[in-house]
Amino acid sequence: MTKTAKTWVDIGRVEDVPVRGARLLKTAHGCIAVFRTAENQVFALDDKCPHKGGPLSQGIVHGTSVTCPLHNWVIGLNDGVAQGADKGMVRTYALKIEGERLLLDLAPAKAKTAA
Amino acid sequence: MLLEDGTRLPADMVIMAVGIKPNAGIAKAAGFDVGRGIKVDPGMRTSDPDVFAVGECAEAHGQVFGLVAPLYEMAGVIAAQLSGDATAAFSPSAVATKLKVTGINLFSAGDFAEAKDREEIVLRDASRGIYKRLVLKDNAIVGVVLYGDTADGAWFFDHLKKGTDISELRETLIFGPAYAGGSPLDPTAAVAALPDEAEICGCNGVCKSKITGAITTLGLKTLDDVRAHTKASASCGSCTGLVEQLMKVTLGDSYNPAAVQPMCPCTNHGHDDVRRLIVAKALKTIPDLMHALEWKTSCGCAKCRPALNYYLIATWPGTYKDDGQSRYINERVHANIQKDGTYSVVPRMWGGMTTASELRAIADVVEKFNIPAVKCTGGQRIDMLGVKKEDLPAVWADLNKAGMVSGAAYAKGLRTVKTCVGTDWCRFGTQGSTGLGIKLEKFLWGSWTPAKLKLAVSGCPRNCAEATCKDIGVICIESGYDIHFAGAAGLDIQGTVVLGHADTEDETIEIIGALTQLYREQGRYLERVYKWAKRVGIDTVRKQIMDDKERRTALYERFVYSQTFSQIDPWAERVAGKDAFEFGAMADLTLQAAE
Repeated sequence: MTKTAKTWVDIGRVEDVPVRGARLLKTAHGCIAVFRTAENQVFALDDKCPHKGGPLSQGIVHGTSVTCPLHNWVIGLNDGVAQGADKGMVRTYALKIEGERLLLDLAPAKAKTAA
Repeated sequence: MLLEDGTRLPADMVIMAVGIKPNAGIAKAAGFDVGRGIKVDPGMRTSDPDVFAVGECAEAHGQVFGLVAPLYEMAGVIAAQLSGDATAAFSPSAVATKLKVTGINLFSAGDFAEAKDREEIVLRDASRGIYKRLVLKDNAIVGVVLYGDTADGAWFFDHLKKGTDISELRETLIFGPAYAGGSPLDPTAAVAALPDEAEICGCNGVCKSKITGAITTLGLKTLDDVRAHTKASASCGSCTGLVEQLMKVTLGDSYNPAAVQPMCPCTNHGHDDVRRLIVAKALKTIPDLMHALEWKTSCGCAKCRPALNYYLIATWPGTYKDDGQSRYINERVHANIQKDGTYSVVPRMWGGMTTASELRAIADVVEKFNIPAVKCTGGQRIDMLGVKKEDLPAVWADLNKAGMVSGAAYAKGLRTVKTCVGTDWCRFGTQGSTGLGIKLEKFLWGSWTPAKLKLAVSGCPRNCAEATCKDIGVICIESGYDIHFAGAAGLDIQGTVVLGHADTEDETIEIIGALTQLYREQGRYLERVYKWAKRVGIDTVRKQIMDDKERRTALYERFVYSQTFSQIDPWAERVAGKDAFEFGAMADLTLQAAE
């Protein structure tokens, strides 16, 4: 596996994402959901549940997990892995905060389409 | 580290400790003597003899108190003073506290500052996460800190308060009662071995003998009885396990703890417990509730958060601020999510009636927004399916313009009131069932209920509106209105039972309002009316609504009051800009060049 260079993209302010909620990023490679937890941590995942493709951005955010609105799969926000008895994983994206701006590494999305 | 005054301190790490601070600002401004808190004498009188202070704001004997037990003692002193006992005086006694954070078991009591004349016994097992420290002075325990395993807290605290000479026990003291008194490890036996005056409930200062005494003399059989009569376990609930063991010791095999199903893995409390405690402890927000009831997770889960949000909104109408992030997506954005992530939109059609202009507006919306599917629902309305989320506010704006509001087809709340055409058109109709249905829908819309609530009104016993499989149904007859409830036509098929008869429309509406309120107050989240009625008993419901007129009126009035806050069209609010972040992307990166 070759290491892809990071492609940091400014996606807005941390405050744009509601606490215990999510916002969507439209990309040429599908939608990415940006989550913000009660503890003010931010995470980014493909907006696609590994189960039936449900929009995770529409789920209830609790702790560092989100519950998919379609069939209640619980996905860990830090690693994208389905919790409990369910098996599956969704792609995650690195985020970094610079000042009040939020930057996302778009490289994994590009790698996805290239693959 | 740079302080505000410009001082620089070299530091590798900064540790900050926070705590509560008496809010004595008003007293200070009013000229009272204020130290750390509002200074009071032993009779709890402030520097103005006509004013008393009690609680966390008061400073008594140079001390301020942040725990509930001494506050109750203070209240007792004030009560005695006010009723003429000038000798009543507050003297702070030793207090023990447990940290109310689930997952971290911490118990502390007494004084554990280091001093020359003090000794320590410490047990530390880092890999098991256990730390126990006893501070001794003159062969008596003066301080206890337990971390990880706090089961022996009550026993140590008892010795601390009594000032027991522990020299005989010293060798095994740190291992607790299991090794000190030679009593076995069985927790029930350990509780049995506790002395009569051992404190069981720290919140309300209830000792063992008070509980066992009440159980035997009053013949108490259930935990709720014990709570009601002794107040033990009735506040924070963390001593519930101890109280239950005491009941087991006292009642033997005849004690059968009701198997309470916890709400979800975040808590051991059942739904009814949570609802009771919301009222008893005046819990007003989800974080307060989770803190007070020792939630095991910091932020709940997708099961408990919507339930708690409902319980709070139903308990504190007008004051609780709805927490959208604790609602399922459908209730958060007031539309129904579909399998492809699009939404469906259902405007209200009061009593199933519509007009040419409403239909025209719907047709225009369907064309304007390229809505792929339009369907009639089972509740006599029109469903537009496949609406893109970002189009929702504009769709609603157009529907609002034509006079339509949200049909709440997504809500754990009032859905529809289905009707037949009754005396308006039907040759068999006995009453104006359509008109009554519309009145009911206009009265009930906007209300949140434990689960969805569907009604129907049929104009005669032929029952074309299928009222006898609804949560609440009305069958019109020549002499008035038969009110039915507890039907089901989903996962379960079940005919309704008759709640009672009403002579007039107004009486029908009052009965249905009261029934809805009773359900709102007693139903567990996601429990439909038929399941609630089965659990509490059809007769119990009937007695409260049909036989007890006073109760019915009170329920009806509570419902009417709550409705004054709930009848706001959520679509119009969002058209006006509420929660705008929900309906647009945070950023559009589609033009970011793919390499």
